Amino acid sequence: MAVQIPFATISKINQTKVVEDIFLTGLLEQCQINDNEPEWLQNVRQQAKSWLSHLSVPTRKDEDWRFIDLADLTAGKFVSSSNNVGLESKLPLRETANSRLVFINGKYNAEQSDCTALPEGIFVGNLADISPEYDASKYFAQCHGAQDAFTSLNTASSEDITVVWAGKNTVVENPIQIQFITKVGAESTFTQPRVLVVAETGSSISLLEQYTGAGEYFTNAVTEVYVQDNARVNHTRLQQESEDSYHIGKTAVSQGRDSHYTINEINLGAKLFRHNPELVQQGEQTTTNLNGLTVATGKQTSDTHSIVALTKPHGTTNQLHKCIIGDRAHTVFNGKVFVPKAAQMTDATQLNRNLMLSSKARVDTKPELQITADNVKCAHGATVSQLEADEIFYLRSRGLTQADANQLLIDAFAAEIIDRLTIESLKNQITQTIKQKIQ
Amino acid sequence: MSETILSIRNLTANVESTPILKGVNLEIKAGEIHAVMGRNGSGKSTLSKIIAGHPDYEVTGGEIIYQGENILDREPDQRANSGIFLAFQYPLAIPGVSNLDFMRVAYNAKRKYQGLEEIDTFDFEDLIEEKLEVVKMNPSFLARSLNEGFSGGEKKRNEILQMALLDPTLTILDEIDSGLDIDALRIVSDGVNQLKTPEKGYLVITHYQRLLDYIEPNFVHVMQDGKIITSGGKELALELESRGYDFLDDKSATGVGV
Repeated sequence: MAVQIPFATISKINQTKVVEDIFLTGLLEQCQINDNEPEWLQNVRQQAKSWLSHLSVPTRKDEDWRFIDLADLTAGKFVSSSNNVGLESKLPLRETANSRLVFINGKYNAEQSDCTALPEGIFVGNLADISPEYDASKYFAQCHGAQDAFTSLNTASSEDITVVWAGKNTVVENPIQIQFITKVGAESTFTQPRVLVVAETGSSISLLEQYTGAGEYFTNAVTEVYVQDNARVNHTRLQQESEDSYHIGKTAVSQGRDSHYTINEINLGAKLFRHNPELVQQGEQTTTNLNGLTVATGKQTSDTHSIVALTKPHGTTNQLHKCIIGDRAHTVFNGKVFVPKAAQMTDATQLNRNLMLSSKARVDTKPELQITADNVKCAHGATVSQLEADEIFYLRSRGLTQADANQLLIDAFAAEIIDRLTIESLKNQITQTIKQKIQ
Repeated sequence: MSETILSIRNLTANVESTPILKGVNLEIKAGEIHAVMGRNGSGKSTLSKIIAGHPDYEVTGGEIIYQGENILDREPDQRANSGIFLAFQYPLAIPGVSNLDFMRVAYNAKRKYQGLEEIDTFDFEDLIEEKLEVVKMNPSFLARSLNEGFSGGEKKRNEILQMALLDPTLTILDEIDSGLDIDALRIVSDGVNQLKTPEKGYLVITHYQRLLDYIEPNFVHVMQDGKIITSGGKELALELESRGYDFLDDKSATGVGV
């Protein structure tokens, strides 16, 4: 029996009511889709467009968006840019020097990309170049929650669609980096990164999805990940957008039986950031780990709204989401875990910990467990704290200055998540970035 | 006559506007071990925290002269770097801060204060290996988070390890013996005794006489209601042990500083 997963976004479409959302339509009209796309893709895009005609940008009146205000975003004017040259990405990571794809303003940049280290059995590239043996129509835009406004906009109009496809039992040692860089010209830019990941039965891959940029722009990103039976995916999502930018992102994950999926989301940038990880366990004995670290300072707003749906027996999910909030910044964590009757013998934990560095900072936290199964182990919670005066005194009594003591404690708070990253050279890079950000 | 390390004169202090020290006088010379005993709430732990510079206490009068200078205006880290070390009654556990990194940062903070070059990770590891011997600690403790999951005895040994590393001039041991079994007490005391030199001074705060069998004091002071009410030699500790603190109630306010 199919389990009904109450994704809030699904029910929003009122088929009888046609809405003309100026912001969404304005963005949709700018995008130029290649006419030669396969028929199935044209159909999917058409479907998404038709959903869009019934959708509008969410407001504070929508339960899932009540903590943040998108008015600033929708008041902006963003244009799609065709400029995809002239910007060097930062020094490549040692681990991904020969396993990376670089996109500038949403378009593939062949010069900076290098996939020579990838073995047989994995396809990494543009959907347009994929060979017919991979049937992307079975996956693209088939995730739960595909019908929300921003995802529909992306599905209808994203240009380059990145595909990472690991064939049966393919094990890839090198992490695969997908880097999206936005460079702003005379006008504010709009980009729509789109990634489709398929890890076939028994395969194992590690991904680094990274967002960077400079200037004022809007990124509307969607990544779909299909982890088939007994496959493993370790996914790091590193958001280092410009602090003048807007970023709305979706990570939709569907897992087969005995599969393992881990997401490590590190959110450091953007003026307004929203991430919706939506994960569904479709098979028995599935493991899902969510590690999150958000650092917000200045006037940043950073919101993670996650949904994990366990639908079969013997599932496990562990979530630890940590936020460091300084100045007048605002972070939101809303984590839902659904454990329906079919999901017996599951083990779910969820914890949100917040460290506030300023009395003017704001935190909204809402961990939610919805359990109807009766033989499960579930725990959840949230904490909000400041740097402990006694801990600072202890460190200072050993000779550390106030500033060094604070830094050590902040590093320690962040380290619990950073230590879980599997790409070694990223750990130090992120630690240093956070240090600079907080000073 | 040996040099005076610490001289406390008429020290009064409040915590949240409540007077908690009411005129403490104490002088520690190089090579001396002073024990301060007293009931819970007598102000002895407060005294140790005030010397180290805890920000929760407001000094309302008097002075603390360390090596000839009044240190009341100095930050806790400046006091530490100039050679004052407080071994905590309840050492804090800080998850995510590695014990080894913490000690290296502390050691380098002191080097920097002294105008010396900081030492690198490898040299530091050699240095700390030697110090582990002092408290018979397993090197595996260095890889763990600071005091996290340590037993009471392990935490106290870790304090003495820090003391061995930072080589202070004035050491304050705040109830280093509380909650320790006899083996741990012996290890901790042996550590302190090994590090003792004629140039250093010690303030040993304790509730129990037993510790003083292992760390032998030159002077014993008894605190009551924010003051030192009586002082004597180590036999005073034995007297307290046999008669209990109650006999002091008749004696209050008769004592003087040394």
